[in-house]
Amino acid sequence: MVEFLDMGKHAIFIWSAYGVSAASLVMLALRSRSRQKASDEQVVAARARRKSGA
Amino acid sequence: MHRFANPAQFNRLADAVMPWAMIATVLLFGAGLYYALIGSPPDYQQGESVRVMYVHVPAAWMGMFIYVVIAVASFVALVWRHPLALLAGKAAAPIGATFTALALITGMLWGKPMWGTYWVWDGRLTSVLVQFFLYLGYMALWKAMDDEEKAGNAASILALVGVVNIPIIKFSVDWWSTLHQPASVMRLDGPTIDGTMLVPLFLMAAAYQVYFIVVFIWRMKLEVNNRKLSVMRGSGMEN
Repeated sequence: MVEFLDMGKHAIFIWSAYGVSAASLVMLALRSRSRQKASDEQVVAARARRKSGA
Repeated sequence: MHRFANPAQFNRLADAVMPWAMIATVLLFGAGLYYALIGSPPDYQQGESVRVMYVHVPAAWMGMFIYVVIAVASFVALVWRHPLALLAGKAAAPIGATFTALALITGMLWGKPMWGTYWVWDGRLTSVLVQFFLYLGYMALWKAMDDEEKAGNAASILALVGVVNIPIIKFSVDWWSTLHQPASVMRLDGPTIDGTMLVPLFLMAAAYQVYFIVVFIWRMKLEVNNRKLSVMRGSGMEN
């Protein structure tokens, strides 16, 4: 495990590459999921409004 | 194909695929990261820096693959007026742009220690940068017009014109003398890199692929919902 953490003199570049990849992909996934859930709720609310004639 | 033009049919298919795609994403990322960071040896020339390749190369592949998906969807949308095809292109674009940006950034992070510079204007790097701008242009066109159909048509035409950049990216390292190394995996005579390095490369590529499926389904559902809301409100599409 210690060996795995020691990436040598270029460690900053290696960990930066993995860090920026992970952060970007996680952020994109969370944002996509939250926007999709919010739109689901909007559709349900719009249908309910239409049903009640509001 | 038109069987899936129905949003309800798409939702049923997406709901069936989603749990498996999510499980596969977690497992493939777990295995891929294990082999990328621990289970594979350092390169005899690049040392530990070769590990950047396991996030850089699959990101570059995905950037190109998703652009082709958008171009095919655009063609289907323009020729057959397939309603979901237009939304598929719109849903896929931010994911493709993210992967292309990651390919550029991680490439720069590999280039600095290996080449001594973050950037050179060689054929491969420049054509991938052009691809990133094509993604931005495609997404900007969707937002540039109030009329959803006109915006979709304009963006689709741009996607189709821009697909000419894909073979340029692929063959740029053969056509021009570049600092970027030639193809070492997707070659007619087989990969030139060792199997111990192909394992993390393909596992990460598979992880990115299933990640794309998961996020693409969420974004497709978002676009379908936006279309529903637009129809219900009888006004322009909301973003």
